[in-house]
Amino acid sequence: MEFTGRTWKFGSDVDTDAIIPARYLNTSEPAELAKHCMEDADETFYDKVKTGDIIVAGKNFGCGSSREHAPIAIKAAGLSCVIAFSFARIFYRNAINIGLPIFECEEAAKDIAEGDKVKVDADSGKIVNLTTGKEYQAVPFPEFMQKLIDAGGLMKYVAKEAKQRA
Amino acid sequence: MGMTITEKILARHAGLDNVEPGQLINAKLDVVLGNDITAPVAIREFEKLGMDQVFDKKRVVLVPDHFIPNKDIQSAEQALAMRTFAKKHGIVNYFEVGRMGIEHCLLPEAGLVLPGDLIIGADSHTCTYGALGAFATGVGSTDMAAAMATGEAWFKVPETIKFVYHGKLKPWVGGKDLILHTIGDIGVDGARYMAMEFTGEAIDDLSVEGRLTMANMAIEAGGKNGIIAPDHKTLDYVKKRAKRDYQVLASDPDAKYAKVIEYDVSELEPVVSFPHLPENTRPISEVGNITIDQVVIGSCTNGRIEDLRVAAKLLKGHKVHNEIRAIVIPGTQEIYRQAMTEGLVDIFIEAEAVVSTPTCGPCLGGYMGILAKGERCVSTTNRNFVGRMGHPESEVYLSGPAVAAASAVLGRIASPEEVL
Ligand code: SF4
Repeated sequence: MEFTGRTWKFGSDVDTDAIIPARYLNTSEPAELAKHCMEDADETFYDKVKTGDIIVAGKNFGCGSSREHAPIAIKAAGLSCVIAFSFARIFYRNAINIGLPIFECEEAAKDIAEGDKVKVDADSGKIVNLTTGKEYQAVPFPEFMQKLIDAGGLMKYVAKEAKQRA
Repeated sequence: MGMTITEKILARHAGLDNVEPGQLINAKLDVVLGNDITAPVAIREFEKLGMDQVFDKKRVVLVPDHFIPNKDIQSAEQALAMRTFAKKHGIVNYFEVGRMGIEHCLLPEAGLVLPGDLIIGADSHTCTYGALGAFATGVGSTDMAAAMATGEAWFKVPETIKFVYHGKLKPWVGGKDLILHTIGDIGVDGARYMAMEFTGEAIDDLSVEGRLTMANMAIEAGGKNGIIAPDHKTLDYVKKRAKRDYQVLASDPDAKYAKVIEYDVSELEPVVSFPHLPENTRPISEVGNITIDQVVIGSCTNGRIEDLRVAAKLLKGHKVHNEIRAIVIPGTQEIYRQAMTEGLVDIFIEAEAVVSTPTCGPCLGGYMGILAKGERCVSTTNRNFVGRMGHPESEVYLSGPAVAAASAVLGRIASPEEVL
């Protein structure tokens, strides 16, 4: 799979309260959550973001709560993927489980500027900044996680496994 | 080759003799936890899978605590989804209003989490239970859904950082100050993906409550789990509560650590974390003059009886400063009753603080103490992110119950020594 989009840049330690504030967690409807995506970091984010856009952030993206509403909100807001220097553990796990593509790449996270046009090849982890022409390679996923991703997320994987066992 | 306590628990639950950091394992779970925010999402996923039963009715634990008692219609719908699911699947440990409490206060108190256990919870502060010598970690709703179905989960065995705390703590310094000090030192991603093992004289001296506070905030350093090997205090606490077997484990002397970090904490002062990250710590003597609008004493970090006792000691004979409000939230019904029996609730009311039924409420900006634009709060909770307790331009300062209570009296961030 390949994604091409404009980037939105954020700093380090973007927490799950910034991605989706708890005051909106009285629902788990993706479309509702999407409207408040990144609201406390940038109030007009949802209005500005276009389908396929990409978030680029610093270290420890998604730290804080275990709320899966965070990757759900990002996905439902139309973002195609997140590139970061590094991800917080639970966010990383959740993103893979629900099928939000994420890429860990120190260089790309540092270099890419807001508004750059970026192309990502999800299978190889190759990131190309179409604005500057620079290329990067994301850290590959461990084999087991790649299996989860290929299955389309954890639940599909579990269902497949259950079928095989039966 | 020796193993750490974390590695031992993971190995046992994966049916292996030993494991090494970085290894991916599939392990059996003792407890799977969810709350009113995360469980509804998990239930939706679980039902999509078309399963007709959970792996074990006794080991799936559901606690409505975040927006409960229901704060609005939408929260009521989420609570209803969870209640309906609990009924349909005969979930033994579903805790209705009147019996519930903040999950991470409630589960240890009810004897549902025990030494040697492997526990996942769809709540990041599930790491709290490591204080009892269990491996406990937070996951998302989809992991919870899969775990409810299979009773298993995959883990990457984490490396461990060993923390050694030397020395005796000064008065008014407790578990919260130790963990804030640690996070201030290593940063909010200082233990990312890693196990944090807490040891040393100061840990031995802490009560089980103080240890629960420390393990609770492992996630605030990015940790996968926080863990303290059980000792006689742990066993005293657990023995009267446990209804099943448990395993007392400890790290081998030749266990391998990614890092060993040692602190002499004998001169440590009470610590305050400034907005908007738990790592922005300062000792109380370097805080300066910061006026406040609200104090919150409660949460899964500091809503236990010992915390309320500390707060009451400072509030006794005083009034909450006339320009601020103080909100006290006992973590469970049991703690609430104990606080009444011990006369603590009287002290709080006499001091003109409000005492709430157990709930997460203000901790996550849910309800029961939301901050307006520009307002400041001293809180015994665990996160001070932007907008965590209300308006994005409000501020949360984290502290232990002693600083919080002293601040309530003086109307600014204050040292307990200024009050007593
Ligand atoms: S008290 Fe706060 S941190 Fe603890 S479980 Fe509730 S919302 Fe989470």
